[in-house]
Amino acid sequence: MNFKLKDLGPQLVTVIAVVLIFGFFTYNAQINMENRGIDFGYGFLSQESSFDVQFSLIEYDGSHSYFRAYLVGLLNTILVSVIGIIIATIIGVIVGVARLSPNYLINKFAAYYVEFFRNIPLLLQIFFWYFAALRALPLPQDAEAIFGVFFLTIKGLYVPAFIWENFNIFFYSIVAAIIAIIVIRFQAKKLQETQGKQIPVFLIAIGLIFILPLLSFLIGGVSLSFEIPKLKQLAATSFVYDGGLSLPPELIALTLSLSLYTATFIAECVRAGIQGVGKGQKEAAASIGLTPNQVLKLVIMPQALRIIIPPTTNQYLNLTKNSSLAAAIAYPDLVLVFAGTALMQTGKAIEIVSITMFTYLSLSISISILMNWYNKKIAIQEK
Amino acid sequence: MNNINFLKPDKSNLNTFLYTGSFLFFISVLDVFLNSFFKFNFIGFLPNFLSFFMPLILGFIGLHFIRIEYSGIKQLDLINKHINTNNFNAILSLLIIFIIIKSTPPILNWFFIEASFSGDSKDVCTGSGACWTYIKVWMRRFMYGMYPNAEQWRINLSFIALALLGSVGYFATDRFKKYLTLYYVVIYPLIAFLFIFFFISGGPVFFDFSYGIIAAILSIIVGFFIPSKFKFYYFLIVPFALYILLKYFLFFEEYIELGKLEGLNWVETGAWGGLSLTFIISFFCLIFCFPIGMAFALGRRSSFPLIRYISIGFIEFWRGVPLITVLFMSAVMFPMFLPADFFIDKLVRCIIAISLFEAAYVAEVIRGGLQALPRGQYEAAKSLGMGYWKMHIFVILPQALKLVIPGIANTFLALVKDTPLIFVVGLLEIVGMLNLAKTNPEWLGFAMEGYVFAAIIFWIICYAMSKYSYNLEQKYKTDR
Repeated sequence: MNFKLKDLGPQLVTVIAVVLIFGFFTYNAQINMENRGIDFGYGFLSQESSFDVQFSLIEYDGSHSYFRAYLVGLLNTILVSVIGIIIATIIGVIVGVARLSPNYLINKFAAYYVEFFRNIPLLLQIFFWYFAALRALPLPQDAEAIFGVFFLTIKGLYVPAFIWENFNIFFYSIVAAIIAIIVIRFQAKKLQETQGKQIPVFLIAIGLIFILPLLSFLIGGVSLSFEIPKLKQLAATSFVYDGGLSLPPELIALTLSLSLYTATFIAECVRAGIQGVGKGQKEAAASIGLTPNQVLKLVIMPQALRIIIPPTTNQYLNLTKNSSLAAAIAYPDLVLVFAGTALMQTGKAIEIVSITMFTYLSLSISISILMNWYNKKIAIQEK
Repeated sequence: MNNINFLKPDKSNLNTFLYTGSFLFFISVLDVFLNSFFKFNFIGFLPNFLSFFMPLILGFIGLHFIRIEYSGIKQLDLINKHINTNNFNAILSLLIIFIIIKSTPPILNWFFIEASFSGDSKDVCTGSGACWTYIKVWMRRFMYGMYPNAEQWRINLSFIALALLGSVGYFATDRFKKYLTLYYVVIYPLIAFLFIFFFISGGPVFFDFSYGIIAAILSIIVGFFIPSKFKFYYFLIVPFALYILLKYFLFFEEYIELGKLEGLNWVETGAWGGLSLTFIISFFCLIFCFPIGMAFALGRRSSFPLIRYISIGFIEFWRGVPLITVLFMSAVMFPMFLPADFFIDKLVRCIIAISLFEAAYVAEVIRGGLQALPRGQYEAAKSLGMGYWKMHIFVILPQALKLVIPGIANTFLALVKDTPLIFVVGLLEIVGMLNLAKTNPEWLGFAMEGYVFAAIIFWIICYAMSKYSYNLEQKYKTDR
């Protein structure tokens, strides 16, 4: 590329404009902070936070640092995103496939689902579930058990807690099973390519993933027991459930609305992906004698996935970003804990907002780097 | 009569299968229907478990019987093809039919039959249905926020006027069609801006607004007699000159004060709210985010590396953060970046934040359209001797924008759906107003009605937008 002097003009003007704007902002920020007696710095992160968070995955109370509070918020955000992504994917794939069903009723049902949930603002849906639908649930003392162990009440969902013994061994057995499956798959592929032999990898994989953990129960001394929530009376009319795991209603409302909303978009991605595979591909595969299952597995899915995955990852990212709406119903996520409570206490607006934005930014940039890598990997190798 | 194989219905015993099958299917649907509408269960004598699943079993057998290929009856073939292709589909169809029948009565009850519509206090809401009285009483608040009741005609008038001005495109004759783009891109937003900030906001600036309108009307009327050669310069200069003339020389402000002309009452933006605020914010963000997005899309495709990197940085930054943090930033961080005596209104800050945020998404959508255009278009335009701007304005952008109509419509839909988030900075549009009304001690316990009401409104708006974009897409579709 040869260097041209006349190209320099527009670039210089833009750069100078950008630098001027940023300079103006930083200059003002400095003066404003001097006037208000605020000093800039991230030292406050190690100070004692002295506020409490009602729901946290790691041990936390007021005596921990602000950084710990940040971690609590981040973990809560990740928790809600992961649950939401799993549920949204399940619903989305089912609905997306249903939209292609030849059955008129199912097709329309799925279409109406998508049209309905997609066109209502997410925040409104969150409010609806939290303030209207979940408020209609029974009080703890009136709640009926679902399957005898789950209790859905106005104060949240109570589920039995797992109590493990020697959990490590169980965990390692699962890891070992996964590694074994990967190795076997690799070998099987090699075998098929060199000798044309086919091994029922799927069956072996299912066997392994069940048998190894089972063995760990029988031999490794792993045992599992459940702690079922029990009703406990605090005062004359006040009851709570004791023991077990309790999921706060905020979490339920948030995951429910996030997954129902995002599922509509995922459904559209799935539909577009499957429709995007040409009819000729299916017919060609059938005409060379592949069974319907093989057509699906070897011809349709690899091509459909190539279309489905990039936009779906985008939807996952959207879900993660949308989980910040949690602040509206007081679910202690990153925005509420850190950009809300911590900001109020310290008054360090620039530092805290920048950390929060940077966190989301790095989350989404890392996912999009991963996606680009994957895209490159599965892209059709054109000559 | 041939021998009958009940597992394999065929055409030879068509009538037998058809009648028994339809009868069983009819019985199953009837049972569910009676059960849900009249609380009457005529197979209730069966054991509980069996009676629960009976309709499903009967319906399944019925559908199995009428699944006869090429029966020769048109309707039957149609049914079989659409809801009854195999056993699995039959069960799913049955389940959906039952769910629809089962859920109709409670929904009807809640919405209409048990609901209360009349009256204007909470006392009339005694039934188990919805309390639409609540919506009726709070209607003005949901529509206009805290905007004073006596002044609400201003909002109505400006919205009607803007809608009428906006629909000009449909009635324009061919002679004026060529000015439409200019009108919609420059003049219309300007008029809308004048309306919103001078008419709805009110105060002494109202006179500026009237000068603006007078200047615009006068210059347009005179504009018809100007030769087309000078029209551009005429419209560039004359309206503003007229405006300044009116403002500073003819009706100067002392004159107004002396003449005891009262302006409109000033209503601060904090009092705006409800659905009208949703419209105002969506409208302005739509107008602003489009050109910004277009600029950054072009910047990202630019051949100058520095401009490209700046554009990429801008787009990826806004796309990477949630809108709620952007609004947080506009509320708590942005004032720190401005000179101490410089104050920007909350609403304006909000509109800027949302516009920048959505502009990044618009930029990505437009970039998709630019990339989808074949290289030949660029080369052809260049070989005609067009420069960068000419090439983009007359050749590239018209085609690229046509391609991305659905994507842009989706972004705009997302924008409208994002407006409730402004609760973060303390502005209350319709969802925020609902949350406020919900906590009113006199009207506790009607959250459901409020959210359903807002959901219906948003659904209608968004659905209409998506249908409109679909129509646009069909209209501008050009086959290659």
